[in-house]
Amino acid sequence: MKDPAPAEDADAEPRPGHIRKPVGWSTVTIAVLVAVSAALVWHRDGISGVTEILTDDLTLFGGIVPRVLAGCLLGAFIAEILPHEKVSRSLGPESGLKGLVIGTAFGAILPGGPFTAYPVASALLAVGADFGATIAMVVSWTLIGYGRAVAWEIPILGADFTLWRIAISLPLPVLAGALGRFIYVRLYPKQDEAES
Amino acid sequence: MSAALLIDVLLWGSVAALGLIAFRRGRPVFVASLRQGSMDFINIMPRIALGVIGSGYIAAVIPQEVITGWLGPNSGWLGVTMATVSGAATPGGPVIGFSIAAVALKAGGGPPQVIAYVVAWALFAFQRVILWEIPFMPARFVWFRAAVSIPFPFLAAAIAMVIGRP
Repeated sequence: MKDPAPAEDADAEPRPGHIRKPVGWSTVTIAVLVAVSAALVWHRDGISGVTEILTDDLTLFGGIVPRVLAGCLLGAFIAEILPHEKVSRSLGPESGLKGLVIGTAFGAILPGGPFTAYPVASALLAVGADFGATIAMVVSWTLIGYGRAVAWEIPILGADFTLWRIAISLPLPVLAGALGRFIYVRLYPKQDEAES
Repeated sequence: MSAALLIDVLLWGSVAALGLIAFRRGRPVFVASLRQGSMDFINIMPRIALGVIGSGYIAAVIPQEVITGWLGPNSGWLGVTMATVSGAATPGGPVIGFSIAAVALKAGGGPPQVIAYVVAWALFAFQRVILWEIPFMPARFVWFRAAVSIPFPFLAAAIAMVIGRP
């Protein structure tokens, strides 16, 4: 039980918590998608349509930049200060239902948007959380996190629908984490034996 | 606007609190994590810029009526399936996703189908997965997480059908 390494380190994956090269296939896909869409908008609405969207999105981008920095710092601090042994005990493969509930609670209270959720989730993986607990955290953030609900869902869809939707979603993160864990140990059984 | 401000305050408050904890562990710990965080920020920036600045164009060319048309009240499980696919295929940020759901509800869409749509959008919206999740998380985790999440829009719709809308 001395500093158990997370199972993900066993293969050639880049270490979680360490962001990969800035240009990859996903970036290329998005770039092509954006270029094609911008060309279609130009064709349909002329150059004014293109610049109008550009102005809107630049404003949005300006607001997001500092939050991305905050998210990256949050992830880095968490990776540095959380004790690995404690994390793998409370969020690791052996953490049971309690680990999934902790992951869910953490995802639900995490402030910010995708710019915090993913760097923090990545940091948790790096310091010993397993796929199950991390899935519970990510799914909980996306389904029952208050940030998006307060900022967007309630104003657009109304409080009644939002609360109803959240109530229905409450059990899902734990179930997703449990399903993830169930499949993970069957997909990668050897790795777990080698690690423990 | 005030909600956004509250989120920013909470966010930077958390950064400051964790930064203070790191600082108390000693200067090298603090400086190392500060450097790591800044490097992550610099590496991630080009993708975020591309995604955020480009998302308006992608949203502008996908006709939203196509998506809302799939969420009819009597569409049953086929409708739930279509809603799930639409949720994953919806471009843009939360404004677009929730607005489509709102339009579908007003146009007489079935609540279980709209629930499936919102849950699927939350779990799979391709733009968020490509733009945020893949850059920050190990790719293997992202695919695993997405695959494991597939049953849940259907489960949410089933719960909505059983308990009904209050």
